[in-house]
Amino acid sequence: MTKELICISCPIGCHLEVTQKGDEITVRNNKCSRGEIYGKEELLAPKRVVTATCPVKSDLMLRIPVKTTEAIPVELINRLLEELYKREVSAPVRRGDIILENFMDSGIDVVSTKTLSG
Amino acid sequence: MADIYDVAIIGAGVIGSAIARKLSSYNLKTALLEKECDVSFGVSKANSGIIHGGFHHDSATLKSRLEVKGNLMFDQLKDELHFPFNRCGILVAAFSGDEMRTVEKLYQNGLGNKAIGIELCNHERMISLEPKLNRDVVGGLYAPGGGIIEPYRFVFSLVESAKKNGVEVLTKFEVAESEEKNDCYILKSADGRSLKAKWVVNAAGLYSDEISRIFGAESFTITPRKGEEFLLDRNATAYTSKVIFPAPSHVSKGMLVIPTAEGTTMVGPTAQMVDDKQDASTSKANFQAIFSSARRLVPAVSERDIITSFTGLRPTMEGDDFYIEASKIKPRFIQVAGIQSPGLTAAPAIADYVKDILKVEGLALSEKPDFDPYIEDVPRFRNSSKEELDALIAENPAYGEVICRCENISEAEIVAAVRQGHDTLDGVKFYTRAMMGRCQGGFCTHKIMKIICRETGKSMDELTKRGGGSWLVHKKVGDYALEDRA
Amino acid sequence: MKTIEKDVLVIGGGSAGMAAAAEIRERNHSVAIVERDNILGGILNQCIHNGFGLHRFKEELTGPEYAERYAEIIEASDMEVFTGTTVTEIEKRDEGKTVYAYSARHGMLVFQVKAVVLAMGCRERNRGNIGTPGTRPAGVYTAGLAQRLVNMEGLMPGSKCVIVGSGDIGLIMARRMSWVGADVKAVVEIQPYPAGLTRNIVQCLNDFNIPLHLSHVVSKIHGKDRVEGIDITPLRDGIEVTEETFHIECDTLLLSVGLIPDNEIARKAGIDINRETNGPLVDSSLMTSVEGIFACGNVLHVHDLVDYVSEESHRCGAFVSDYLEHQSETKQFKMVSGSNLKYVIPNQFRADRDNHFYMRSLIVRNHAELVLTLDGKELGRKKLRHIQPSEMISFTLKEKDLDKAALDDNSTLEISLVG
Repeated sequence: MTKELICISCPIGCHLEVTQKGDEITVRNNKCSRGEIYGKEELLAPKRVVTATCPVKSDLMLRIPVKTTEAIPVELINRLLEELYKREVSAPVRRGDIILENFMDSGIDVVSTKTLSG
Repeated sequence: MADIYDVAIIGAGVIGSAIARKLSSYNLKTALLEKECDVSFGVSKANSGIIHGGFHHDSATLKSRLEVKGNLMFDQLKDELHFPFNRCGILVAAFSGDEMRTVEKLYQNGLGNKAIGIELCNHERMISLEPKLNRDVVGGLYAPGGGIIEPYRFVFSLVESAKKNGVEVLTKFEVAESEEKNDCYILKSADGRSLKAKWVVNAAGLYSDEISRIFGAESFTITPRKGEEFLLDRNATAYTSKVIFPAPSHVSKGMLVIPTAEGTTMVGPTAQMVDDKQDASTSKANFQAIFSSARRLVPAVSERDIITSFTGLRPTMEGDDFYIEASKIKPRFIQVAGIQSPGLTAAPAIADYVKDILKVEGLALSEKPDFDPYIEDVPRFRNSSKEELDALIAENPAYGEVICRCENISEAEIVAAVRQGHDTLDGVKFYTRAMMGRCQGGFCTHKIMKIICRETGKSMDELTKRGGGSWLVHKKVGDYALEDRA
Repeated sequence: MKTIEKDVLVIGGGSAGMAAAAEIRERNHSVAIVERDNILGGILNQCIHNGFGLHRFKEELTGPEYAERYAEIIEASDMEVFTGTTVTEIEKRDEGKTVYAYSARHGMLVFQVKAVVLAMGCRERNRGNIGTPGTRPAGVYTAGLAQRLVNMEGLMPGSKCVIVGSGDIGLIMARRMSWVGADVKAVVEIQPYPAGLTRNIVQCLNDFNIPLHLSHVVSKIHGKDRVEGIDITPLRDGIEVTEETFHIECDTLLLSVGLIPDNEIARKAGIDINRETNGPLVDSSLMTSVEGIFACGNVLHVHDLVDYVSEESHRCGAFVSDYLEHQSETKQFKMVSGSNLKYVIPNQFRADRDNHFYMRSLIVRNHAELVLTLDGKELGRKKLRHIQPSEMISFTLKEKDLDKAALDDNSTLEISLVG
């Protein structure tokens, strides 16, 4: 299997050609070693940090912004977003408070990115 | 449907509204019908706002008589209705001997019309009257009585005054059918409402031909003539002290440089016949034409200063004059059609003229002793001194909340607009000027949406830009299923 | 009415204003902040995505987190913050400035100060600025307004959208709209190259299979009441190839077509404006043409990273403090941008300290060199990796590099790019 990817390790943006044969993955067209690492990861298990908002009960604001503590596998993103859009948070909330713990056993939490006093 | 109106006026543009206000000074039961969701949302919304100087048309025409008479009525109207009006004067600039001869004809028109203070100018006089003019100007005409108003705000004020004096305004009332019974017309709207009126005034602008047909009155055709205009930033160096016209052609008065009553600059309009009465689109080709033409008058006009562009449609019809008379076919039906330029200037005089026709035709008119020509003057943040603002805020803290930062419009003014019934974004915009400045609502639209919701009890997804299908937002975050999407 | 006396008034409580104010207070001068919104943080509050702070805090933060870190510094200090307050006018006096502001809570506020920092940020360019032809229906939003509606109000501006402009804001909104369930049909970019970061092209477009049409423009908007679709036309050699126009059905058009410094108060105060940046012209201390009025952040020139805004604004705060301590009356020399650069900020330099310059390229290259020329003589060069117009270049000219330079009153330093 061969996939074309754009490396995002630096602004140059090398157009990588990543090929998987059995257990062996080869990365081509990369100008530096970071491209090789990126290409392999992106092919095997692409992950993204997700940011979103949850509804919040407060006079000051309607939505509280949140983020995953680490990048999560892309196949979990839509399920996570739907969960977050439904989850009503109540004030007070502090920046870093856990909103959703260990989502689908990924070991990844969702935390508030804003403080909202009572 | 128990009530019978004495008069139903179809169309709440500047003409219908001026007539409604005029009739509100008599003991009459009057209805003002508008097919859009707010008044002034048709032709009058995209008008250039010129109060003409009485020299474009010769004195034999009805439009010329009404223009000159209307012009003189604006000072008192401003005093009563508080709309932005500046009698700044008009210059017509000629750049060749031929153009100068055209201008001389205008001068003769002006003399015939008894336009006040009109004069012919040489090059030097023109430059001293307006130093920003192109130095190639050969000469021209100066009409000190000409000026500029905010046309939509004028309409809003006319309607407010009419309502205050008892006129009922029915919006979203698109007259679809009419029936005559027992000396009375029954008007049915497209959405199933109906009302009875003894007299009908057809002031339906672009659609006056269709209304005439619906009533079985005269057959004529209104052809829209499209005019595109560009609005420039209030910092634009092109801002002149007077309205600048070129020498006119046979189709239109030409493309102008207009210092608006509120300190921005407008250039345009084009003049292009179109078939579609809803064609409010703008095009690239006209952009070039407008700017090269405007720069010929005032070289400082620059594309860099564009805030927005818009299109207006003038309701033109055959013949060169307004068509204002009692129908010869249908009784108690007054035609007020083909009101293109100088319709805005003539509007108050047209209202008087229509009132006279109604009287001659047999409508009994008795003056209302308690008619109040004044409406409340809502103070404006941008026109108030520092001390006035401090006092205003003390009385009403909403004056301290500046919602539109480009035009300096306070929350209090927006609330006033919504409470007057202008509950769409365009309604608020044209009433207050919020969202009309250089950021075009980028910063304040969401704040205004919240204020409208708070004042009217509507939810966000019920709000529109200008009624109909012009929704702004339609769902909430989380309303869409993501799972089944790839 | 309330009169407030301070050393400095900072206008704007976003990333620039907070950093400048924090620095000035740190140097023991009294300072107040005026902010239009009800909270500090400015536009960062609606930028809920991550990617902020890598330079400044050495970690990846979201906009609200970045804002809150600074807001905490401000709140922990004793400085006065006036939220919900709008400045309308700056008046020059013989000694210092008078600034007029209004708020629902205080009525008119009159600030008597020795110096003013302009930190009002920027505004979005809109449809009128790019002259998109067609009808004028509802559903044409600037990307920033749409971002506000989605991220702070929880509202959907539409369900099928096209985005104009491939700058980072446009790309971020493509992902956001996808993540809230809208169908993003395309991103249209007038330039032959994407304006945003490669990372955002990958994570905001490619992740969602959103097509990017480079060298294309929206040539017409359709729809009477609400947007019903748009025409897209390719450009060849800068000319629209009308016969290759295609149509996309959509109900929403988001415009991400650039930002302009929001300088109306500055203009009214008689400050000279730089035609390239639309921000004020500033000397090496970021002071405008009106003595005692300084500028930093996006009101000075539009930055692409908030980290640079903070950096510049801390420096501005330090310069303001120098000014108050009468330390800045040294000879300044002229600074100009040469070939392949759109602009350089500031517009003057000093020989007795390091000078930090920000500049914007006019060209796209994978390798380039910055060349410094003093009165026609080359002073030095610096190699650069990838450059493009959307990525600001920063450069520090060290005091020691000017040691041997022969400077006279009319000396001019030119900085240019060689591709």
